[in-house]
Amino acid sequence: MFMTDRNPHNSPPYVLLMALSLVLVLGIIVSAGMGYLAISPGEVAQIIWAKISGSSLAPGLDPTFGYVVWDVRLPRILTAVLVGGTLAVAGVLFQAILLNPLADPYTLGVSSGAAFGAALALLINISFISFYSVPLFAFVGAVATLFVVLALASVDGRLGTNTLILSGVIVAAILSAGIGFIKHLADEQVAVIIFWLMGSFASRTWPHVLLVLVAALVGLLIAFYYGRDLNIMALGQRSSDSLGVDTARTRKILLVAGSLVTAACVSVSGIIGFIGLITPHLMRFIVGPDNRKLVPVSFLAGAILLLGADTLTRAVLPSEVPIGVLTALIGGPFFCYIFRKKQLHGLS
Amino acid sequence: MAFLDADKISFAYGEHTVLRDVSLALEPGKFYGLLGPNGSGKTTLLDLLIANRRPSAGSVCLHGQELGSYSRQELARQMALIPQQFDLGFDFSVSEVVLMGRHPHIRRFASPGPEDLARSKEAMVDLEVEHLSERLITTLSGGEKQRVVAARALAQDAPLLIMDEATANLDIQHTIQIFQVVRRKVQEGGIVLAAIHDLNLAAAFCDEIFLLKEGHLHAAGSPQEILVPAMIEAVYGIACQASFNDFNQSHQVSFQWRQDNR
Repeated sequence: MFMTDRNPHNSPPYVLLMALSLVLVLGIIVSAGMGYLAISPGEVAQIIWAKISGSSLAPGLDPTFGYVVWDVRLPRILTAVLVGGTLAVAGVLFQAILLNPLADPYTLGVSSGAAFGAALALLINISFISFYSVPLFAFVGAVATLFVVLALASVDGRLGTNTLILSGVIVAAILSAGIGFIKHLADEQVAVIIFWLMGSFASRTWPHVLLVLVAALVGLLIAFYYGRDLNIMALGQRSSDSLGVDTARTRKILLVAGSLVTAACVSVSGIIGFIGLITPHLMRFIVGPDNRKLVPVSFLAGAILLLGADTLTRAVLPSEVPIGVLTALIGGPFFCYIFRKKQLHGLS
Repeated sequence: MAFLDADKISFAYGEHTVLRDVSLALEPGKFYGLLGPNGSGKTTLLDLLIANRRPSAGSVCLHGQELGSYSRQELARQMALIPQQFDLGFDFSVSEVVLMGRHPHIRRFASPGPEDLARSKEAMVDLEVEHLSERLITTLSGGEKQRVVAARALAQDAPLLIMDEATANLDIQHTIQIFQVVRRKVQEGGIVLAAIHDLNLAAAFCDEIFLLKEGHLHAAGSPQEILVPAMIEAVYGIACQASFNDFNQSHQVSFQWRQDNR
């Protein structure tokens, strides 16, 4: 259906990459100026430049502006950008490994594990120990879940794609019952838990940015390194083995890496759905299924999409809608559209 | 030393033994057929020979060294596989899929070189799929897809080509086309090991036949030695005649198709 005259030997989609990068940078600058205190893009650019170059602000600029842009808005914006990009890259990885265009970074139950960990931390009100204890619990929950799912799905050291998806579904179902039970126990804490589960970038700080930056870099590097192997793994284990890819090993490495970077994102931002599912889809329509092109393009597109959604809820809507709810409200119907289209055409 | 040497290999799925003490050796310049009824262990044997599974007993050696001592990439330069079925959920183009055959020859971050492109093109021309090269694989018919997969395996340029009932779903024209192309590779010094259901196809193309029955090697030899009524009756339980056919210039088997026309 999406017949394009793609050529396998052509160069990377430079024009698209440049265009997306430009949109992302402009988006960041415009978004940083939006909000209760409106600041023009030119002033935002001046403030960012002054901070990066270490010079003092131009005399005409209100120092409050500097504080608002650099210490309040930019950390939140960059966290959203990096989480969006990383979830999209993880989505590419999962769809390629599980040979299923409908897989997403949460397919192996990482989000449920993180939610369970966070809910537990909020229930026992552990946040008095440290500001980072909820993210830490969420991360540990996600990683523990990942290893339970991998252990459940592994037969003779092999991981079948359907077994993996099924194991993820089962474990996620058990965990969501667990979360329900925690909510039941939580009484007055329940609002905090629900709020966390719906995801938010509010009051994120530079350390959060650093954490997701590490996750983003790890995700991108691994996806680049295994780009061609991922393409060949689309042929199925028997064929990809015969073409020289150590499929079982590569699949394990990529599943663990993809889940870990997702866990890092979720522990910082809560559960944000659909970005990791839809972005790779959209980009596949444009650049085709070659993962070496899909990864960088999806990173930028995921970053732009989540930046847009977060800006919408932060600065445009009259009151802040939880970001996870917003992405699901926009992404859900879109997913239905793709799903329906796929059914009607019988092809991906 | 044979190119590939299987020494008394066995394989079991849990308690259920599907292959027992099979030994065979493959020499360059020969076309081998692997025959036997459904469930006689053909696919399992091929899986052991391409290191997709490990034998529960016995060993498989390539150039005298155990398969396990080679990396996947080294193995992929020595043997290529044409599977029976092929499904690809992503919209790769035909030329992209054929170029995947060059994967074991291209360094990790390198782009395909002139030789890689030439080999891919040659394989597409051999299998007459060059006109499809920009089509998306998901839009092809079953027969077209299978020829693309065969082209991918040829582009891989490995001395040993394994065919797992590669033409089972193809019409007679494309079946003969694929067999003629791979037969040419054998004449150039390559090796083909093909699991085949059609006894006459095997008789026409193979130099040597391995006949499997219930997980063991029942017999091995030339088509004239193996495809004889007694042997076919013993393995398949079917009455037949076998003779040299003047028209196709090969040993052929003729079956008693119906029971009501004696």
